[in-house]
Amino acid sequence: MSGDWPLWEVFVRSKGGLSHRHVGSVHAPDAELALRHARDTYTRRLEGVSLWVVPSAEIVASDPDEAGEMFEPAESKIYRHPTFYDIPDEVKHI
Amino acid sequence: MASLPPIDVPKGATGAGVFDAPAEGERDPAREEYLLRLGDDALVLGQRLGEWCGHGPALEVDISLANLALDMVGQATLLLGAAGDGDKLAFHRDVLDFKNCLLVEQPNGDFAQTIARHLLYTTWQHMLLQRLTQSSDKFLSDFAHKAVKEVAYHRELAAEWTIRLGDGTEESTARMVEGLDWCWRFVPELFEVDEAQQAAIDRGIAPDPRKFEEEYRVAITAILTEAQLEAPADQRPILGGRRGHHSEHLGHLLAVMQFLPRTYPDATW
Repeated sequence: MSGDWPLWEVFVRSKGGLSHRHVGSVHAPDAELALRHARDTYTRRLEGVSLWVVPSAEIVASDPDEAGEMFEPAESKIYRHPTFYDIPDEVKHI
Repeated sequence: MASLPPIDVPKGATGAGVFDAPAEGERDPAREEYLLRLGDDALVLGQRLGEWCGHGPALEVDISLANLALDMVGQATLLLGAAGDGDKLAFHRDVLDFKNCLLVEQPNGDFAQTIARHLLYTTWQHMLLQRLTQSSDKFLSDFAHKAVKEVAYHRELAAEWTIRLGDGTEESTARMVEGLDWCWRFVPELFEVDEAQQAAIDRGIAPDPRKFEEEYRVAITAILTEAQLEAPADQRPILGGRRGHHSEHLGHLLAVMQFLPRTYPDATW
């Protein structure tokens, strides 16, 4: 039965102020039930305060075969990292 | 709702099991009886839903049904714990001592029948709990405040599935119709008020279900209409569960549920 249902990606916001994070996927016949399945599968232990579901087919993904040209050029550009500054001790959470 | 007289406990039947001993001392029989009725509803429905575990029509539905089952078992734990020794009441009573309504003990059937049962029961239960928050009994009022949210979700989920199955394929529609048809004759029992319940109503412990019977009919009809279904024809109502007279199905359910603690009374985990 679930094999006939489309797949939905599930995102959970664990608490107010944080971003939604991808946690997994569920099968469901439509958006409303996808939310309910996501609720029952991924928020049973108080994991979240908000849920998103997105049809998996709507996700546009980068091509793994193009990983070289997509990501490797960034490897040689360490000056893009803000590592050349001294952080004062009083500044937390960096 | 039906023109035929209901099938009820025969006149002269005691309707009493060994746990129905007369109250003594500080016991409050009206309150205990009411706690047992609600607690047994939750326990038996929880056990029924639990039977789906590993057999759901889809993995997601399996988890969903198990969640519903656990909510019900949690409610039963609170209610039976307030009525007495919860474990003893759950595992060491026989079928005549159970006070659940007949609807919740009905077999799961297929998924549609389970959904029909859940729609008809939790819509009633939700309306009851909304009013039970105003109970004169502190425990019941606290319990209702907690449980009403859980049950609101049950009611919504059952309604969603009823609409999808009813307004689905030819097969899902046929199954939903059959499921509703099976459960329909047990609905009038939910609104029955016998002497024991009247005593609880008079003291403000329990709401009077007859006061929301019309609201219930309207709500169920609205869901069925959205599901492109018609309400089943009225059938001869079957009563008696609240007084310990059950269908053959409950005994089988208890045999499975009670086997372990009865066979190994000292078992712990």
